Amino acid sequence: MSNIKKENNDFCFSKENLSLAEYEINKYPKGREGSAIISILWIAQKQNKGWLTPEIINYIAKFLDLPQIRVMEIATFYTMFNLIPVGAHHFQMCGTTPCMLSGSDELKNLLYEEIGEQNSVSKDNLSWVEVECLGACCNAPIVQINDDYYEDLNATDLKNIIDDLRAGKEIRSGSYKDRLTSAPIDKNIKMLTQDEIEKISKARKKPGLGA
Amino acid sequence: MSIKILINGSEFEFEENLTLIQALEQTDIEVPRFCYHDKLSIAGNCRMCLVEVKGAPKPVASCHFSLSDLRPGPNGELPEVLTNTDQVHNARKGAMEFLLVNHPLDCPICDQGGECDLQDQALHYGINKSRYKENKRAVDNKNIGPLVKTTMTRCIHCTRCVRFTSEVAGTEELGAIHRGENMEITTYLEKGMSSELQGNIIDLCPVGALTSKPYEYHARPWELRKTESIDVMDGIGSNIRIDSKGSEVMRIMPRYNEEINEEWISDKTRFIWDGLKTQRIDTPYIRENGKLIAVSWDRALTLLTELIKKTDPSKIGAIAGDMVSAEEMFLMKKLMEKIGSNKYDCRQDGSILGNQYGRSSYIFNPTIAGIESADAIVIIGSNPRMESPVLNARIRKRWLTGLLNVYLVGEKHDLTYDYTYLGDSPKSIDLKNISLNNSKNIIWLLGDDVFLRDDGMVILSKVIECAEKTGSIREDWNGVAVLHKYASRVAGLDLDFLPRDEKDSAQQMAISKEIELLFLLDADEVNTKNKHTVYIGSHGDKGASGADIVLPGACYTEKNGLYMNTEGRLQETNRAVFPPGDARDNWKIIVEISKRIKKSLNYINFEDVRDSLRKEYPIFTNINHIEKNTFQCLDRLSSQKQKLNGDVFSNTITDYYLTNSIARSSKVMGECSMQKNGIEIKNG
Repeated sequence: MSNIKKENNDFCFSKENLSLAEYEINKYPKGREGSAIISILWIAQKQNKGWLTPEIINYIAKFLDLPQIRVMEIATFYTMFNLIPVGAHHFQMCGTTPCMLSGSDELKNLLYEEIGEQNSVSKDNLSWVEVECLGACCNAPIVQINDDYYEDLNATDLKNIIDDLRAGKEIRSGSYKDRLTSAPIDKNIKMLTQDEIEKISKARKKPGLGA
Repeated sequence: MSIKILINGSEFEFEENLTLIQALEQTDIEVPRFCYHDKLSIAGNCRMCLVEVKGAPKPVASCHFSLSDLRPGPNGELPEVLTNTDQVHNARKGAMEFLLVNHPLDCPICDQGGECDLQDQALHYGINKSRYKENKRAVDNKNIGPLVKTTMTRCIHCTRCVRFTSEVAGTEELGAIHRGENMEITTYLEKGMSSELQGNIIDLCPVGALTSKPYEYHARPWELRKTESIDVMDGIGSNIRIDSKGSEVMRIMPRYNEEINEEWISDKTRFIWDGLKTQRIDTPYIRENGKLIAVSWDRALTLLTELIKKTDPSKIGAIAGDMVSAEEMFLMKKLMEKIGSNKYDCRQDGSILGNQYGRSSYIFNPTIAGIESADAIVIIGSNPRMESPVLNARIRKRWLTGLLNVYLVGEKHDLTYDYTYLGDSPKSIDLKNISLNNSKNIIWLLGDDVFLRDDGMVILSKVIECAEKTGSIREDWNGVAVLHKYASRVAGLDLDFLPRDEKDSAQQMAISKEIELLFLLDADEVNTKNKHTVYIGSHGDKGASGADIVLPGACYTEKNGLYMNTEGRLQETNRAVFPPGDARDNWKIIVEISKRIKKSLNYINFEDVRDSLRKEYPIFTNINHIEKNTFQCLDRLSSQKQKLNGDVFSNTITDYYLTNSIARSSKVMGECSMQKNGIEIKNG
């Protein structure tokens, strides 16, 4: 609780975000406006440079006619909502098993060196945090920077990305090994054709276990 | 629909709409639980109530497993449930082990020790050593107000408190933030809680995470002497248990009574007990040279006897307070009659509600439990949340089912449920405004404050007229309900403790020059300007500070007495401790005065008093019983000349926590009031 920071300015949705918020609310029946809370919090977080202040939570509680604590529960439950300031580029580094086995510790040390402690904003406006599984284990280790995934990273790749960001250059999202999405890295491994897949499945005696 | 099932091999039959835990409860099989509570919604997160269901792949949580989900066996055998197998025992043991992983071993310094669900159940399902080598979790304590102390490391996340505040209390203040291992129960940014029922989360908490702040480190449950009694803080007479140690009341707990308070009590009821020990009058006082000085009983009574003899009987009056028992009022009335005066009143707030129109005209006819079968309720000039929080919770309970429409005439307040606002003056009580066509059982709830207005009886007449038109006065339903704020008022009206003449009403007597000697029987809400006043009561408050003779009496925890609640239900208090110092039972004081003036009331012991009361007023015979009530002389009521005036309704309770002399003596109630008014409480 104590690490939730206060900022004394009133929050109000911008005109376009207001219509976006109303669009989300209209997805739900009347009297159930509260169901739109995750979308609304996300829109608000986007508008406020990536983090939520108590003022925003109060505003949204009034906006959706929910008790403040209910909004707070949602905002603290999901790691996608930040309750402390983040940098212009916010790194979410996955440290769960597949990423860790593929070398996320290396990335972690690099982030400590380059950016500093977790949950703090560096002088050049970067921040990072270790998160649980981002759901792209086939491309481990991965780092999410703002809205995009950067996959198959090693320390050198990540260092280059950070340097590029600092220099204000564009960075490329997706895999950093030479492959399309999660296609095999070994070029000799070919993808099965549809016919081959069918042939294999016919050869199976029973579906499921033991096949 | 009923369903037959086998439980541990024996056959039982149940209603199909029960859950498994409810069915097991009916068969007296004990199922351990932490999160399940029969007055709250089902959470199913503690996993302690696991049982084995034949055919299910794994143990099921009996709290949210419906009987209608049970399936017969392949050959049509009865569904079978097992609660005493090794599998069940091991499953519960496993759940318990996880609960204990992060629970601190601080039972010796925990206030819950001795009445802790976790402690009790660990005796049966705990394992004797820990397999957990990692560091235990520690959580910061939350400051959620002056009543509830938090030790959040002990929390097992059953969320009973969260469900209570959002469902029963209706304030949605507590919540669980963060998730998984980091989950914490707190209010939003650690604001203090505002509910008048928040004390109940202390009882609900199965561990020592939420304990009573005022009771902190005061006593252990096994040291306490438990006395069943009733509460006198408001008109409904919640059933309480007074826990005392030696000569002191240590705490007050609710007692289950489905008809009145279910198992909740308000914060004023629960935390008043520190006011029972402060500002007490423990010896008689008389006023000499403008100052009150402590004297012996003999001297005080001698002085009083002289005063009574000196004064013309017609110039003697008596006012009974809001927390006196029926016996005391009965004796006071007898004493006044012996003296030769008929000037007595039990309505110190200046109410004009009398008993001339039958008992139905001044009680809560539909009964509190009856709220649960009401379709509509019209609240007139009342704020039930302040006047009777427990009754308000009952209205909310009914409202949550979606079957109750609430209408309000009077001041707007947050009542914890939605209402249709009709207006702020009596003119808004109009059947045109209210659509009651589909409602069968309608409650017309009149606040006490209605009768502080000059046109109070006209409003009553109008309400009865509306009730008759809408068919809410029938053989099986009487919808006219007067919500009394004070514990002794209905008994006072039943006993006819009322002046013969309107000009002798309590407030008139207090400022009248004609009354030279005024008895204040625990009456602290009147400003007296009489020549002499005599205060018989327990607390040094307004009444005693202006009195010429102060006679120390007993509080409601220190005496036996009959009280009539707002429904007209007779209940009795029982003595938990003795009055402090030289203080005596009020009935003894009154009998002693009568002896001194040689007009003795012949009562030797308390039973004599009660028998005599019951002989004259048989309504005080059956405890926990409501007599059949009727209206009388309604034609006289409706033919009153007075007209409704357009004044807006106003509620007199400005501070819920400070409504009587005991509450005003209580430090805890003072802190609550400060928090409510936004004044910061300094520690230490």
